[in-house]
Amino acid sequence: MPDLTIPGYTVVHEKPRSFYPVCERKPEMQHQTHYCPGCGHGIAHKLIAVAIDELGIQDRTVLISPVGCSVFAYYYFDTGNIQVAHGRAPAVATAVKRSRPESIVIAYQGDGDLAAIGAAEILHAANRGEPITVIFINNGTYGMTGGQMAPTTLIGQTTTTTPFGRNVWNEGYPLHVSELLASLEAPVYVERVGLGSNKQIMNAARAVRRAIENQVKGLGFSLVEILSPCPTIWKMNPVEAQRRVLEETVKTFPLGQFRDRTKSAPARPAAAPVPLFAEIPAILGLANGASPAAKTMRSGETIDWRVRVAGFGGQGVLMLGEVLAEAGLDAGFEVSWLPSYGPEMRSGTSNCHVRLSSKPIDSPLVLHPNVLLAMNEPSLRKFLAPVEPGGWVFYNGTEIPQGCAGRLDVHFIARPFAEIAGNAGDARSANMTMLGALLEATGMLAEERVLAALRRRVSSGHWLEVDRRALDGGREAVTKGVRHES
Amino acid sequence: MSKQLIKGNEAIVKGAILAGCRAFYGYPITPASEIAEAAALYMPQVGGVFLQAESEVAAINMLYGAASAGVRAMTASSGPGISLMQEGISYLAGAELPCVIADIMRGGPGLGNIAPEQGDYNQVVKGGGHGCYRTLVLAPESVQEMASLTSLAFDLADKYRNPVVVLADGCIGQMMEPVEFPATVVEPQVPRWAVTGTADSRPNLITSLHLDPDDLEAHIRHLEAKYRRAEREEVRFESWRTEDAEIVLVGYGIVARILKAAVEQARSEGLAVGLLRPITLYPFPGDELRRLSRRACAFVVVELSTGQLVDDVRLAVEGRRPVEFHGRAGGNIPGCEEVLALVRDMIPREQMADA
Amino acid sequence: MTTPDRGLVLIDSEECKGCALCFEACPPKVLRFGELLNRYGYRSAAYAGAGCTGCGICFFACPEPGAITVLRREGRVCQNN
Ligand SMILES: Cc1ncc(C[n+]2csc(CCOP(=O)(O)OP(=O)(O)O)c2C)c(N)n1
Ligand code: SF4
Repeated sequence: MPDLTIPGYTVVHEKPRSFYPVCERKPEMQHQTHYCPGCGHGIAHKLIAVAIDELGIQDRTVLISPVGCSVFAYYYFDTGNIQVAHGRAPAVATAVKRSRPESIVIAYQGDGDLAAIGAAEILHAANRGEPITVIFINNGTYGMTGGQMAPTTLIGQTTTTTPFGRNVWNEGYPLHVSELLASLEAPVYVERVGLGSNKQIMNAARAVRRAIENQVKGLGFSLVEILSPCPTIWKMNPVEAQRRVLEETVKTFPLGQFRDRTKSAPARPAAAPVPLFAEIPAILGLANGASPAAKTMRSGETIDWRVRVAGFGGQGVLMLGEVLAEAGLDAGFEVSWLPSYGPEMRSGTSNCHVRLSSKPIDSPLVLHPNVLLAMNEPSLRKFLAPVEPGGWVFYNGTEIPQGCAGRLDVHFIARPFAEIAGNAGDARSANMTMLGALLEATGMLAEERVLAALRRRVSSGHWLEVDRRALDGGREAVTKGVRHES
Repeated sequence: MSKQLIKGNEAIVKGAILAGCRAFYGYPITPASEIAEAAALYMPQVGGVFLQAESEVAAINMLYGAASAGVRAMTASSGPGISLMQEGISYLAGAELPCVIADIMRGGPGLGNIAPEQGDYNQVVKGGGHGCYRTLVLAPESVQEMASLTSLAFDLADKYRNPVVVLADGCIGQMMEPVEFPATVVEPQVPRWAVTGTADSRPNLITSLHLDPDDLEAHIRHLEAKYRRAEREEVRFESWRTEDAEIVLVGYGIVARILKAAVEQARSEGLAVGLLRPITLYPFPGDELRRLSRRACAFVVVELSTGQLVDDVRLAVEGRRPVEFHGRAGGNIPGCEEVLALVRDMIPREQMADA
Repeated sequence: MTTPDRGLVLIDSEECKGCALCFEACPPKVLRFGELLNRYGYRSAAYAGAGCTGCGICFFACPEPGAITVLRREGRVCQNN
């Protein structure tokens, strides 16, 4: 930097420290910005840099550069810099701020970037009240791509894509971003300022500083919309362009504060304390002892239970399968549980595939079960045929429906399980009576494994008791009633 | 640590947190939503961030922000959401930002359905966004691998400063199996290049923009060199009874599980069948396929799609052996028998060719 | 002898693009085009040499980061600014 000391004089305004002395990232002309002469972006940059200097936050600042003429903002700001996709600055800023709450995150966006392609991101960041600062440059056009219409283009204004002037019947009305965002609950500060005169510029300086200071104070979302000249696209000299802001643009976009809750905004709640690393497994439910220690099985035996459970949604089909798998794991089996999901899941039916095996499980799909638990007639009809000869079929009903009785090669156990469950306490635990019957008939698992699994899955003491009684009811139904067993 | 019976989607989140992931940004979609739900439950408890974004477009850009700030971050989605994320993934790769994306594939195109499919292979493995970049892609076949490959994904993402995708299907995401988690917890580290709002990180810049053609070409070459390195160092696959196999089945994810059952059944019938299961879909185990093609007579690729992985197998085998394809789509999953029928059909043909 | 000006403005001609916004902004109108082109080919602004009040508005009106530096005379005279 040149030495600007002159005897008898004190420097009162000079290049802010938050700008690089020389723009080394810029390939050429490293003493100037890449902006056109008289462009408002340069003035807006300076207002930001001065505010960063005044607030003493250069090290903490992360500037988000958008896509648009200001895509190279990172050439100039000697702060942390992130260049992002078109319109997405608020999303990126959201995550930077949440990742590093001590950082001061400033998203800088043009009107194509913020109000067109990025309309969703700005709306939701504002609505969440992200404690970031957004500097929004409204120059009424797409500068970078050569002067197409922006959402903020004035009615009647010609651009390369509105060659006959913006027509409200075709392109709609200029979008009032500040007014829109001020209709939300969360934003703390929303103001529209201009760069059309000395007075407007000094007011803009105040607003920009305020929007950044809010973040330093830990307040919520702040946005400053800056009506900014674009002499090149407007085909005016810089002085005329500035005057257009003062005399024309403000008629459509009135200046003013649309939201100021800097005094009344509630303090943000403190972040939850971060646990010790040693505590994390327990938080994830992985601490030793939280889940069953697998017991080794009696060796030599090859066991391969392939179970299909089927019924209507709400009958506890998936839960039955889960308890079975969990108890099986506890008993030392290899297990898998696959819920019906996809084309089979139509019209409220539900089913799951459970495997309990003494060997590693290849396919978790059970296409040829050796146990079928059918909680209703459609399920029985659907899944009976592929049951393996010698397999077990448990059916919730007293009569084997017509057309199903022909499978003499399977063990058929048909009982009114829902009714039995009702008698035991609650008809909704029919799934457990069927499980009880399964255990009794096949000896698949020891009772205590199932009860342990139930205790882990069912938190309510009442339901645990209901389920336990239902299990017993199911067992009894097998030992006593033999009516339909083939 | 003892085994826990959990869903594939939940295993991803637990694996991620143990691997030091402290941020999840996502948008709900079946069959991936349990990932977001588990993250919503656990992230705040471990000092991490969970945020339901307004769209997948926002979610992937939030990942860009979190990764820029040096946080291990992830998202999860399914086909329609991954399509929306492609722009952001291209930016992440271009800006060399690490992150993990879980794709729990469902049926497509369009809204398709929510059933398991493997139709995202091309858009994920070939890099569905613009520009010369790749994502590293890991394909779990079990709930255990949902956890362990997610952990690996974070290490690879950091090692290569590149997005890594865990590509699973609805079946693996939805099913429950026992998982053994590592006894160690990774302590999150802040990389040197991150922009964290501190004096040390002030000179750092995250960008994918290189205006000058020479600069951009140099950058692309640099990315390319990383991908070549990954191709040398990161290829992972499982070879299942391939040593003496005449027919080699090829499949990943849930399909590989079915193919294992098919291999067992075929072997019990005296047929020399094996399975090559790619674990990394990119980098692709092409060398191993080429090696196997010296002995095997034919390959059979099975996919839950009309044929995407099969292109890579054909490229690797270079026409030296026939590569047959069997695909199911729309959520239908081929049974073991279906595959066996195909294999039994081929064996006499191959033997005839040998004679 | 006249009293020296309260302010002084320095223009880095290499940074200036000659947009003329500062001419417009300057209340005493003491800024104008200089004689020479800078190395980028712009005819940059120059201080007329006298009359600057040190108000600093040109600094804010100028789009370039460091083209304009404004100084004020030390001592009594500038205290009422
Ligand atoms: C996804 C995408 N679409 C389009 C573009 C092309 N593009 C670059 S800048 C821009 C418009 C920028 O306008 P604005 O935000 O108003 O900024 P200005 O250039 O006027 O400062 C467009 C459309 C892009 N980079 N990315
Ligand atoms: S085109 Fe307009 S907005 Fe872009 S640099 Fe030029 S004057 Fe500025």
